[in-house]
Order: sequence, then C-alpha cells, then structure tokens
Amino acid sequence: MANVRIPTQLRSLTGDRAEVEVAGATVGEVLGALDTAHPGFGERLFDDQGALRRFVNVFVDDEDLRFLEGLATPLTDRSVVSIVPAVAGG
Amino acid sequence: MTVGTSLRCRECGREYAIAPIYTCEWCFGPLEATYDYDAIGAVVSRESIAAGPASIWRYGPLLPVARPPAGALDAGWTPLIRADRLGAELGLGDLWIKDDTRNPTNSFKDRVVAVALGKALDFGFKTAACASTGNLANAVAAAAARTGLQSYVFVPADLEAGKILTTAVYGGNVVAIDGTYDDVNRLCAELAAEYPWAFVNVNVRPFYAEGSKTLAYETAEQLGWEAPDHVVVPVASGSLLTKIDKGFRELHRVGLLDREPTVRVSGAQAAGCSPVATAFANGVDDVHPVRPQTIAKSLAIGNPADGYYALDVVRRTGGACAAVTDAEIVDGIRLLARTEGVFGETAAGVTIASLRRLAAEGVVRRDERVVAYVTGHGLKTLDAIEPHVSVSATIPASLDAFRAAFPGVGEED
Repeated sequence: MANVRIPTQLRSLTGDRAEVEVAGATVGEVLGALDTAHPGFGERLFDDQGALRRFVNVFVDDEDLRFLEGLATPLTDRSVVSIVPAVAGG
Repeated sequence: MTVGTSLRCRECGREYAIAPIYTCEWCFGPLEATYDYDAIGAVVSRESIAAGPASIWRYGPLLPVARPPAGALDAGWTPLIRADRLGAELGLGDLWIKDDTRNPTNSFKDRVVAVALGKALDFGFKTAACASTGNLANAVAAAAARTGLQSYVFVPADLEAGKILTTAVYGGNVVAIDGTYDDVNRLCAELAAEYPWAFVNVNVRPFYAEGSKTLAYETAEQLGWEAPDHVVVPVASGSLLTKIDKGFRELHRVGLLDREPTVRVSGAQAAGCSPVATAFANGVDDVHPVRPQTIAKSLAIGNPADGYYALDVVRRTGGACAAVTDAEIVDGIRLLARTEGVFGETAAGVTIASLRRLAAEGVVRRDERVVAYVTGHGLKTLDAIEPHVSVSATIPASLDAFRAAFPGVGEED
C-alpha cells in the first residue's frame, strides 16, 4: 500500500486527484496497480520494453528510485511514491 | 520577423502550440522550439547580422523571441580570443577561448535569461524565478531588476558566499534550500505547477535553452563564418553542449555557413559529478544520477536533464567527455589565468583541465582549430583558489626590503 502523488500532466487519468492510494509491496507493483485502478498509466509511464520512460522520475519518500532498488524497491504502508517529470534545470 | 513556430517533444515528436510548458504530456519528454528554417534563411544574411546589435539579438530570427525585453542588459557578443600561450602549453596549434565571463553578470547565463525573460514578458508573467547553482541566480536577479519583474531564485544552501551576495544585491528574493541542486530543481518543478511565475529553467525552459545557441553563432561569425573543428564545453545539465552543437548545424541549414560543419563536441565534467562522462567512459546509454561532491558547484547537477542528449552529441560528433579532479580544476583556473590573462570560475577550471586531459590523450589534436568555452568569471568562486594563491612577499615600504625580498631581479632587463 502506498500513496502515489500524481503530476499535473497525468491527473486527467485520476479524475484530477493529486494523490491516490493503491496496493502493492514494491514500486513496480504499485505502479501496476495504478494502471489497473486508473487505466492509461502504464503506457504513459513505461516504454515498449516495460522499462520506465527515461524522462519519468519516480521518488519514494523523496529518494530517487535510481538510488534505491529500482522498481523492486519495497514499500511500507506509509510510503509516498511521487511521479515527477525529469526535465528541468541547468 | 521569424519566430519559433511550435514546441515539439524530443522523445515522441508530439507537437504543441507555443506556451509556457516544458514537458510532453504523453511521455514527459522535453519540449524543444521548432523553426521554419527556409523562412529564416530568406531573411538572414551575414550582412544583416553584421548590421545588428553587438549582442545575442543580432541573431534574433534564429531565436524563439525576436527582440530583447525592454531595458534588458546586452548579453553576448563576447570576445573570441586566440590562446597561443595556452595552446603551446597543451601542445595545440590553433586554440581559441570564447570568453563568456564578459557578460552583464559575468557568465553565459545572461544569454539564456535574456531569451527566457523576453518570452516570459510575451506570456504576461510578472515574476521571474529559477533553480540555480549560482550563475543563473545572478543573471535572473539582475535581469528582473532591469526589466521590472519580481524575482524568486532558489539555490542550494551550501552555495559559494560570493554567488549568494551577487544575487541578493539585486533586491529580489533569494531562497536557500537545504539540499543539493537536484533537490532545488525538484522543488521548483513542483512550485512551477502551483505559482503563476516564469521559472526560466522549468516552464520557460524550451525558450531559455535556445539562448545558448548564440555561443555557436558568435564563434562561427568571429572565425569569419567558419565552424571550428573541435569545441570543449562544460557539462552540467547538458543543455549548453547540445545547443552549441545545434547552433553550428542551424547556421548551415539557413545558409550562413557554406560547408556543412563537422564540429567535434567534447564535454567537460568534474570527477565529483560526472554522470555523463561516466556513461561515456562505460559505453552505456543510461546516464545514472549521482550525488555531487566537487568544488565546481556551478556544474554540480547529479541528475542532468539533457544528459542523454549531451551523450548522443558527443558520440555522434566523435568527441569525448572528460572528468577531472578538484586539484586539476584549480590547476586549470591558474593555467588559463597565467597563460591568457583570463580569470575563469571553477567551471572554466573544469573545461581547461578537461582540454588538457583530452589534448594529452590525443583526442583533441594539434592540427584542429579548437574552441574552449569559458562560461563564468573567477571572481564568483574566489573560495576555490583562496588556499592556493597569495602575495609573493609582505615587506616594509623600503627599497632595501624589496631588494632583500627579490635579490637579483631586474638586472636581466
């Protein structure tokens, strides 16, 4: 179980909700469940090979997934998963 | 006047109307300004550019904003200087320095901010904002003051004191964030969704980034409308490097360069923050983020937004990407100052040290015409060299004391 923070670009998929709660023991499971609950997330977040698109950044409790265990990163009931566009800065 | 016609996603190609947006709604890829190059080619010539102002606005038709914001300081048209003494030290035969310390706030960021604020005013924004490693903070705060905009600049709390002061003096809001630049960046992406502000490197980034192309335009014009063989460019987000490459190619596309340029583009990073150089060295496509630890704070972006594209450019053009240590960075600053009389900041130290490394490895060759981009002034990062340079002697105000301290000097003259 985790709370997932939805960026503005994807809120049309959640009925304009900025945060939704979905079940799953890992980030991969939570993002899969997100697509089941709100169809359309899968093709927006993942490429044809099933990898996260390279300009989609995912954070767990403010830590970049790439510093953790990727999609296998385990979650607790209190985890907050944030989906953030990567493109900014510099 | 010809102005950028739309925004296009660099990843999936979806097109969007001109607006203060920066990511593709479909795949989150970065949006980039598009142009009608045939129309630009019909209106620009070497003569029309030469008759233009001594600033980036001489290239107005090639930018997504045709004119400067009212009252703006003149960014760009900085000197391209021959660097024979430095070239001799490095074993290079035809080396040039693009001295972009000579901008209104002493870094290349004045170029991108001029374009960003021109567009921000077109969009009707009243407040300018940015996430910055320092140079951009200077440029935004100053340009906002000149153009009558409010400003909010966000910086990492551990930034050099000099860069904080040279931002705060302009009277806007300076917000120090406990965290790295990447943390600041992420906060600004969230703030940009909530506040009606022009974040120059977030929601106005597709326009902002185009300002860096002028570094290529000026280089070619100053070389008599010829592209160099090899350029060495510091890499933080990777945007500057990709836009310099784009700039040379555009000049040929619109007919300003006779021959198709074959500019090799090499990147320069600090070893303490080298995600692009690491991917290059390992021969992989994935630019893995890092936690920066380097004195080159202006380049300390651990999660570079344009890292993939910078890597693509380096590989496509036959360049390389070096990563140099903090000690090499300090040596690079001193070498440039000692040989050419140009005082660059830590990013310049990274560039010169990388140039030295690449020349020693034979990647940058003696027979090439080489341009190294010095993008910020050394007075901004005095802390970096303070432990390494000092007075030659401290003596009483007497001839005898001087002769004692410097025995024998002057006799050879």
